[in-house]
Amino acid sequence: MEVRTRTGSGKLITMTIEEIRRDISDGVNDAAEKAHIPPLSSDEQEHLCEIVAAKTKIVAMEPGREVVLTRDGGVHKYTGVCRYAGVPLSVEQAIWIGERFMGFDTMELGIVDYNMKPCKAVAMDEAHHMENVQMSSIIPVLYGVQPNLGVYYQSMGGKWPSPMELMAKMKVKEAKEVQEKAGEDLRRDTIYLARTMNEAGADGLNFDSTASAGDMEFYYILKAIEQITAETPLKIEIGMAGEMVQGLHSEITYEGKRIAGMWPKEQGQAVEKAGASIFGPAVTTKIGKSFPWSIGRSVTFVKSCTDNLKIPVHPNLGMGVGGIPMTDTVPVDVVTRTAKAMVEIAEVDGI
Amino acid sequence: MDLPYRLCYGMGGLRTAGDLVARAQLYNKAKLNDAKKLVAGKLGIDVEQLSDEFAMRDVREEHDIGLIIALPGRAKGIAAKKRISKLFGFQINSVNLFDKKTMSV
Repeated sequence: MEVRTRTGSGKLITMTIEEIRRDISDGVNDAAEKAHIPPLSSDEQEHLCEIVAAKTKIVAMEPGREVVLTRDGGVHKYTGVCRYAGVPLSVEQAIWIGERFMGFDTMELGIVDYNMKPCKAVAMDEAHHMENVQMSSIIPVLYGVQPNLGVYYQSMGGKWPSPMELMAKMKVKEAKEVQEKAGEDLRRDTIYLARTMNEAGADGLNFDSTASAGDMEFYYILKAIEQITAETPLKIEIGMAGEMVQGLHSEITYEGKRIAGMWPKEQGQAVEKAGASIFGPAVTTKIGKSFPWSIGRSVTFVKSCTDNLKIPVHPNLGMGVGGIPMTDTVPVDVVTRTAKAMVEIAEVDGI
Repeated sequence: MDLPYRLCYGMGGLRTAGDLVARAQLYNKAKLNDAKKLVAGKLGIDVEQLSDEFAMRDVREEHDIGLIIALPGRAKGIAAKKRISKLFGFQINSVNLFDKKTMSV
């Protein structure tokens, strides 16, 4: 029997049930071997196969198993950004649409240039939107931003020499030092943003794509979370950039554990220790592999988080992440299959 | 992608109890089932009713903690959040700031 499914880039293909089972198994084992975590059991893999091979376009789940939806990207999924809907709305209107049209459980504000460094410069302007929104909304509204240590380097318009360029010149010690200095700037900006949003009445902060610039970025965000949760009532959600933290510094540790090479379970444990409320693992989709392969791999990583963490786990599920194909117009068949797998097999607390 | 998630997997926000369960996760760091039990307990209902729009419409109106429909006279915005804060014990930042700004008048 041929099953309608997709490639990692979103193209429609057909696969036999045996091919789907094989790809799921390969994806599961890839995650298990790399991160030294248990693979999904044969029953779980068969359940995943049933989800992938379901005959309907959209799949859902039993009543009563609904999960909490949090989000990243702020209101820009509706307005202001060309890669999303681009509808001309104010951010306040977009929040109301999320709350009252869409029935979202939480919403998020954020600027179009969704990085910490530019956001810090306009934090006060953002704060007035947060104040407006907090007067009129009922659902929790967070403020979202990507830490993105990369924009603190000269190669992306920042102050500090790029560590990659220094490493290319064999200046490894200088490369590490510059990351530490840039990291301090990131931490300082993060605390400033947190204090500003706290005074504007935000319910919390969402750090999206954390550790995109490697281990030093993750370290300084963890330290920032410690300070924010100690000093303010803000609640923190952390969404990661990928399944493994890259070691651009490679010696920095957090609570005695080396950050470079951390997989989702260890990432979540660090986030939990730092004091965050919600952890969002991210597993990148391989476009050269099939959707069954990617979803098998992704669910295996996420299950290692839900099995081991005490705080809620909300995996990132979106374009190119969580097992969903890398395409800007994501098909609903793979979106709903990925969510069903996360809810029923990984037993996530939210998405 | 928002619509399929919302229709197939989301709790439904103000249509049901999604915002309340979300707050339990954020404030109490509660896992999903614990967050649902906490919310259901405070509302005096069964967990199964939390995702039932029909049941929750009346529950929300009874406690006046915000409806998805814009009925005049029912608590909205900061007023609804103040009532949520009192009912559940959540220290909602915007509510505390509102109180601080208005109590000195």
